[in-house]
Amino acid sequence: MAKQKTMSGTPQRRVGTILGTGFFLILSLIIIFPVFAGLLASFRPGTQLIRRGLAIDLDISTMNLNNYTYLFSGNADSQKYFMWYKNSLVITVVSVALTLLICYFVAYGLTMYEFRFKNALFTIVLATMMVPFEILMLPLYKEIIAFKLIDTYTGVIIIGLCGASTIFFFKQYLSGLPKDLLDAARIDGCNEYKISVKIILPLAKPAFASMGILCAMGSWNAILWPLLVLKGANKFTLPIGLNTLLTPYGNNYDVLIAGSMFGILPILVIFLIFNRYIIDGMTAGAVKG
Amino acid sequence: MDINISRVPAERQASSFKKDGVGFMKFKKLFYSQKVAPYVFVIPFILSFFFFWVYPLITAFTMSFQDIGAIKSEWIGFANYAKLLKDNVFHIAVMNSCKYMFFTLVLLIPFPMLFAVLMDSHLVKAKGVWKAVLYMPALTSVVISGTLFRLMFTEYTTGQMNMITAALGLGTYKWLKMGWSGMVALLIVACWRWTGVNMLYFLSGLKSIDSSLYEAADIDGASGWQKFRYVTLPLLKPTTVYVLTISVYAGLSMFLESYMLWAGNSSPNNIGLTIVGYLYKRGIEKNDMGYACAVGVVLLVVALIINFVQLIFNGTFKKEEQ
Repeated sequence: MAKQKTMSGTPQRRVGTILGTGFFLILSLIIIFPVFAGLLASFRPGTQLIRRGLAIDLDISTMNLNNYTYLFSGNADSQKYFMWYKNSLVITVVSVALTLLICYFVAYGLTMYEFRFKNALFTIVLATMMVPFEILMLPLYKEIIAFKLIDTYTGVIIIGLCGASTIFFFKQYLSGLPKDLLDAARIDGCNEYKISVKIILPLAKPAFASMGILCAMGSWNAILWPLLVLKGANKFTLPIGLNTLLTPYGNNYDVLIAGSMFGILPILVIFLIFNRYIIDGMTAGAVKG
Repeated sequence: MDINISRVPAERQASSFKKDGVGFMKFKKLFYSQKVAPYVFVIPFILSFFFFWVYPLITAFTMSFQDIGAIKSEWIGFANYAKLLKDNVFHIAVMNSCKYMFFTLVLLIPFPMLFAVLMDSHLVKAKGVWKAVLYMPALTSVVISGTLFRLMFTEYTTGQMNMITAALGLGTYKWLKMGWSGMVALLIVACWRWTGVNMLYFLSGLKSIDSSLYEAADIDGASGWQKFRYVTLPLLKPTTVYVLTISVYAGLSMFLESYMLWAGNSSPNNIGLTIVGYLYKRGIEKNDMGYACAVGVVLLVVALIINFVQLIFNGTFKKEEQ
């Protein structure tokens, strides 16, 4: 909120800036705290976690890289961990690529043409968002068993390919493009499908970036559905695998804590690079409501 | 998918259409026409909609009236629902989910809104950094963040939460073993995860407010509070309604946070059990799908009613009529 009074008095304004910025600094420190504590803990033996909980201990002399060398040592635990890592990567890459393409084409159809069921279909897209996934979970589980897709990556990926929010975002973005482009391309002899791929798709690159990152995050972190579908330990994704390490006996907390920290890394890197696109994509639905 | 066919040069297509009305050509012409193309584009959604939405939704309803056995299932009418009415554990789960939803609404709408207003002012420097940091929790998997918080809420005196409460002179607690403190733990995790996300929603809402309105308010001599009350708040309403709607769903269907905080789906005296947790317990762990689907149907009905009332109350439907 613009406060005119503080604009005039410089010392007052400086105090306001310090308070405002300081507030977010403190809030940010609180938010970072658990992850920072986890990072510190990952440099100490996992048995400490069970005995002391997640305690902040800045004493560098007791820290070492043993958990990480163990994680990368190539032994049985390490192989298992990187198998989960690889599974997560494969599922994320395939599902993001397919989801983006399918949702783009669906949104393209819903935006660029006038046809009989257009509005009804778009209402349906929005309506699917009104039912929490958890209600469909059990019937979907039975369905996936019936399709013999249980314990397969296909079973994990297939149900999310037409995400309503992704379609919605693409539609919002495509609505902003001039439709004259289509007519111009048609006159030049382009057919409908070629236009969607060669002309419009390149223009929608920012939308692909936004949605790609959001979908990747969702897929990398997904738990509930993979937990149901994937049965064999060699098929587990990273979150599911890490979850199995969380036993009361805690014999694997070394791998758990170091693996957790290393598991945040890819998403964190992507986020730091593309952070602008993420915010665009995430907040698209909030303004128009 | 249709790219292969589309590689055929347009002129050749046009000439081949002229030749004669062979069935295939007719089909091809139809396929490329502007009338049919939109349907081709939306086919994946229609398929997905029927297979992964309509069918499971109907099945959820029909299964809730059945006793699902391994070999055969039989219709038992409302027996599952009658059982739910008398099931104390289910009542605990509903209470927990509703409480959780209520408190997340209280904590995760006003505060992120105020933070967003502050962030939008010129009083804050290095905005990009704070936005990125506040959004970070949403990036971390619930498995990881839940594990970290579980360790922080340990009952030992060395855990963070106990160190904080001890430093404030409040003593130490067995956080994850008592009803109220278990709920506090869940809410702290929720605030940690969603404050930044909701703040970003409100920020994008604030960006869409025309700044000339504030200038006009300034000319009229409005105070900071008056500007917030009579300009910001009403114009932020679409965003608030959106956040409210998704928060109702997210609150009622919360499961994973509790699943991770108690390292599995069983908390002492069910203090962390939620509706979806109970659905999971019955359907997956105890393989009583029919009963679990009845739980799901109750969840859907409760969520729809709350959001319907909320949307009517906020005048969303009225606006569409105008």
